[in-house]
Amino acid sequence: MSAGVATIVIAVLIVLALVYFLVSTIVALRRITAGLDVVIEHVGAILAKTAPVEEVVDAINGQLDAGVDLLEGLLVKKAGLADAVGLVEGLYPGAATAGLRQFPESTAVVAPRIAEVYTRGTLTLARLGREAPIAQANPDGPAIRNVEAASHAAFVLYDDVRHTAPAVLPRSPLIGAGSPVQYEQRDDIGKPRKRLPAGR
Amino acid sequence: MTLWWIGNALLLVAVVPVVVYLLNGVLRTAKAIVPTVDAIAVTAEACSTDLDAVALLVTTLDQVKATVTGVAGYGGSLDVILDDAAVAS
Repeated sequence: MSAGVATIVIAVLIVLALVYFLVSTIVALRRITAGLDVVIEHVGAILAKTAPVEEVVDAINGQLDAGVDLLEGLLVKKAGLADAVGLVEGLYPGAATAGLRQFPESTAVVAPRIAEVYTRGTLTLARLGREAPIAQANPDGPAIRNVEAASHAAFVLYDDVRHTAPAVLPRSPLIGAGSPVQYEQRDDIGKPRKRLPAGR
Repeated sequence: MTLWWIGNALLLVAVVPVVVYLLNGVLRTAKAIVPTVDAIAVTAEACSTDLDAVALLVTTLDQVKATVTGVAGYGGSLDVILDDAAVAS
């Protein structure tokens, strides 16, 4: 074999190797391109689907902000800032520290203990001015027991009209010997006295 | 003639292996990219499917508007019915 033939054979080998690897690489790159086409299609769908999200979420947040502002404003207007903070604290313990969004000064308010569920007995004690826990947090100050007329507070708990001191009270029923109606009347009243048998 | 044979030997021993090595590296790298791209395509499709519910945000917005409108109506009524804190005290 001459050197020229050997060179040709070697060159052919190199070309064959180049063809094999380059064609294989081209096939792999085509598969990559096809895969990227699929990716681009789905990414385009993602972009299309998420395009209005910011606008819609902003609109939702705006609506919710308006609702929160409305409720906070109404609560503070009707209950006052201190009681509003106390109500929020009562419903959501710890929320008073965050305060109301529209009222930055609410963070400095000491939340009163309201919006707590008390038993009827506790409320009765508070109304009487006893030492109930609720009475100590009365916005009008601690309940003071009327020492001189302590019974009045108890009277108002009942459905009686006497504590209102009406001009005319219903007449009490007459009882005793002077009553117009006598019950269990004796049958011998007005009749001759029964005489015992003679000879006794 | 001897130099030609030496050149042929160098070509066969040095150049061909280098060419094969380099082309094989390119081919292996290209083949390694294919499954990654396929996985990305599957993930992108799943993301796209998950985002089908985004259209419901428009319904959510309508619901929120209706709710806030209702709350505003109740608030207006309460504003009329209840005395203000300053008036009540």
